[in-house]
Amino acid sequence: MKVLVPVKRVVDYNVKVRVKSDQSGVDIANVKMSMNPFDEIAVEEATRLKEKGVATEVIAVSCGVTQCQETLRTAMAIGADRAALVQTDVELQPLAVAKLLKALVDKEQPQLVILGKQAIDDDANQTGQMLAALLNWPQATFASKVDVSGDAVTVTREVDGGLETVSLKLPAIVTTDLRLNEPRYVTLPNIMKAKKKTLDVVTPEELGVDVAPRIKTLKVSDPPARSAGILVPDVATLVDKLKNEAKVL
Amino acid sequence: MTILVIAEHDNAHLKAATLNTVAAAQKIGGDIHVLVAGNGAQAVAEQAAQAAGVAKVLLADGPALAEGLAENVAEQVLAVAGDYSHILFPATAAGKNVAPRVAARLDVAQLSDIISVESNDTFTRPIYAGNAIATVQSSDAVKVITVRTTAFDGVAAQGGSAAVESVAAASDSGLSSFVGREVAKSDRPELAGAAVVVSGGRGLGSAENFKILDPLADKLGAALGASRAAVDAGYAPNDWQVGQTGKIVAPQLYVAVGISGAIQHLAGMKDSKVIVAINKDAEAPIFGVADYGLVADLFTAVPELVNAL
Repeated sequence: MKVLVPVKRVVDYNVKVRVKSDQSGVDIANVKMSMNPFDEIAVEEATRLKEKGVATEVIAVSCGVTQCQETLRTAMAIGADRAALVQTDVELQPLAVAKLLKALVDKEQPQLVILGKQAIDDDANQTGQMLAALLNWPQATFASKVDVSGDAVTVTREVDGGLETVSLKLPAIVTTDLRLNEPRYVTLPNIMKAKKKTLDVVTPEELGVDVAPRIKTLKVSDPPARSAGILVPDVATLVDKLKNEAKVL
Repeated sequence: MTILVIAEHDNAHLKAATLNTVAAAQKIGGDIHVLVAGNGAQAVAEQAAQAAGVAKVLLADGPALAEGLAENVAEQVLAVAGDYSHILFPATAAGKNVAPRVAARLDVAQLSDIISVESNDTFTRPIYAGNAIATVQSSDAVKVITVRTTAFDGVAAQGGSAAVESVAAASDSGLSSFVGREVAKSDRPELAGAAVVVSGGRGLGSAENFKILDPLADKLGAALGASRAAVDAGYAPNDWQVGQTGKIVAPQLYVAVGISGAIQHLAGMKDSKVIVAINKDAEAPIFGVADYGLVADLFTAVPELVNAL
């Protein structure tokens, strides 16, 4: 069984982004870029499925600028066998990405697509579900446990108030939550090996997909700042302030 | 212009998140209809009919909708989507699961997690863990939206008198099936909608030590939350996580105990009305957002606080 894992290149988790002074967006020039953390979990899960003999091949794919090739090399260093980039400089929104991924799924015919539940830049949380809808496949979002057996996958999902387990007929879509696994450290020999793996580049035009954005960002601004608070010397003062100043007790 | 709001419920009770979503719909303007998709969910439909501002309730009642499977619920929404200009879901686990499926099938973009309504096609939403706010405009004919519930005060649960209309229930897709659910039983309020939240971080040191927060939460009638560090370390269950990728909360009072305040955590709680931080590290970033900070050892400060309340 083939497993397809889409990965996104995003501003690194540890970078605190700054809004540009002209409010046209956030300043991502010269900031560290990394693989979206949820996607790293997805690559790790697919790799483990291959190591268990459940998956036969893991294919990492990405959509975006040419530098996404670095992200794909990281995916291959974790364990993906080969990669494909849909290269474009157009701003890609989740619906467009889902359509590009559908085209790749049609070509590769995987039984399972594992994606991150959301990207930490646009925080949209849409692509996996949209891809499932376009393919008319079942989906299990926010996965904390994935178990493939026969022609079905059983997934435990993190939902409000606890956990839920669903069973999906393959082919299916799974999106990862934080605690599905802990991605391995990438070793130098594996980074070297990843450089020799195949990385195909295609364009949205070659796939016949219209990726024009549907949502226009009019401006990007700073969130309202909280006014600075005070330090209190002891618990008694804290309780007094909460009662008489904030009036929340 | 008519707006469809998808109800959040457990087949017996309408969840408060629905009322917040109706409030967002009121800001857009126009008639508001609520879809209750469930099984044996007549009582939910009646509750929705009483919510202020609701003009009509659509009840789709059938076994395929019992467990809220995304495939079936999305089909149900699409079956009634008809002429609605906006389709709104609360940005809960259930809403986030279904909404993009509906949007993709309608070939429209989705606006996730809106925090304000600027006009009927323009909204604001947080990006980069709330470190920036984007004002976005949709050019699609139908706007599929998820609503950050903490950003909108819910409409009154009583006072409305909408008609309940039954609609044909979707059949089972045959693609997925429900296996089971483990829901933690708790007498405490639900984290996402609680008026007071007490959250613990890595400073608690162990799952055993985490229990020091119980009496404080009891005294304050609070829900318990946790930072990602505390959840990853196994001190607290997954669904207690507050932050960018966990629950977003905005209670009247948020008490952060032993939490350093990573930006991803702040993203989930910085809209709280009053924030209290207790941490022994005076340099912890949590003090940058706290209204009241107490630099102290939590293991002495928390019991002292419980006694003082």
